[in-house]
Amino acid sequence: MKVKLNVNGQQREVEVEPRKTLLDTLREDFLLVGSHVGCEHGVCGACTVLLDGEPSRSCLMFAVQADGYEITTIEGLAPAPGELSVVQDAFCEMHGLQCGYCTPGMVLTAHALLNHNDTPSREDIVEAISGNICRCTGYGQIVEAVEFAADRLRKANAPKQGVLEAAETNTSHGGRK
Amino acid sequence: MKPAPFEYVRPDSLAEACGILAADEDARVIAGGQTLIPMLAMRLARPTKLVDILRLKELKGIRSEDGAIVFGAVTRQVEVERSEEVHRRLPLLIKALRWVGHPPTRNRGTVGGSIAHADPSAEIPLVAVTLGAEIEIANPSGRTKVPADEFFIGPMLTSVMPGDCVCAVHFPVWSHARVGTGFHEVSARQSDFAFVAAAAQVALDENGRCIEAALGLGGVGDRASRVDVSALVGKEVDHVAIADVVRAGTQDIEASSDLHATAAYRRRVAAVFGTRALEDAFADARSQGGMVQ
Repeated sequence: MKVKLNVNGQQREVEVEPRKTLLDTLREDFLLVGSHVGCEHGVCGACTVLLDGEPSRSCLMFAVQADGYEITTIEGLAPAPGELSVVQDAFCEMHGLQCGYCTPGMVLTAHALLNHNDTPSREDIVEAISGNICRCTGYGQIVEAVEFAADRLRKANAPKQGVLEAAETNTSHGGRK
Repeated sequence: MKPAPFEYVRPDSLAEACGILAADEDARVIAGGQTLIPMLAMRLARPTKLVDILRLKELKGIRSEDGAIVFGAVTRQVEVERSEEVHRRLPLLIKALRWVGHPPTRNRGTVGGSIAHADPSAEIPLVAVTLGAEIEIANPSGRTKVPADEFFIGPMLTSVMPGDCVCAVHFPVWSHARVGTGFHEVSARQSDFAFVAAAAQVALDENGRCIEAALGLGGVGDRASRVDVSALVGKEVDHVAIADVVRAGTQDIEASSDLHATAAYRRRVAAVFGTRALEDAFADARSQGGMVQ
């Protein structure tokens, strides 16, 4: 069957058997091997990708079902070649990985969480990554990495100190009511 | 861990889907695929055809009716979690949903899929049985509604016949002013299959007397079941009354044994969690000052 997929902003067409999972299609047909093959039945979370921004298991979807979605893999997160996204960088800084097998799934899941919640509590983070299994870190540093990324994103999005006050002064003097 | 070959079809209407299902009894419906695809991967299921209904508009969405909320079969679980209306009118379903899989599987998994799959430990079927929901089924000759209690027959076994497709689930909404809910579950890991799950919903009048009470148990036997707690109705209920009623109601309950838990364990936990769920529900109802919905 022919299917058109939108992967990391690019339209691609591929001929697949209906039984081929989105995960295998990403890895074998598009050579996007950052989505990892773990349990292949939806338990481990290593194959997590974003579908329209929401974390989903690419092993629990056939490629033929995936047309019309914006699919984001770990390869699509970095702002430019050789750079890291804020979350990826936070995982490095806080040692949020050891063997790295679960990392793409963890990073994408964290991205999705921080996209709609910039002040997640520890519980929110634990709940969000509860479907991603890590056998190395004990999760402590992963949770810290997500907290760290959230902090950086908040600071990056906040107006620089002084800008707010200046804006207020301007309005009060400018007489705009 | 690769599925056996199958044919994939995406019909344009429910009628067309039912036609395909009626013509081939080995065809299976797929929606979110969060339980079916693992079964295909492990080759526990080997359908000839997968009939994808996920994009059928007529099966989408949450509709509010008088005395009920109707979920189109392909409504994703995450959409239910995000619905303000469901939070307000069906809080028991919201409490149960956080136990359904993980956030990523709830992003894809559907209400109708969980119902049609009929896992004895699944939470959405448990709430359906507890509240007496109705399952709407479409087939080539029309639509019928089946009470949850008759729909679920056994593990992964429902009253769905070849040519049938679950098209909506009707959850009744209690109109009383003070409604409280409680949900308790135990499993090996967060969001794994429940060994025992208990769901309770109660309503109180303005004097704190119980007007209506429902308790359901999942994971214990081969399907979710209701426990008779009608003895609580008309009374000002206290801890002792709840414990007595639940003990009596769960004494001879059918329970299954497996690697994870024995029947005796399940029965004992069922009594404890049934009590806790009801206590939570009464506390929840008491905390509501009689606001009209």
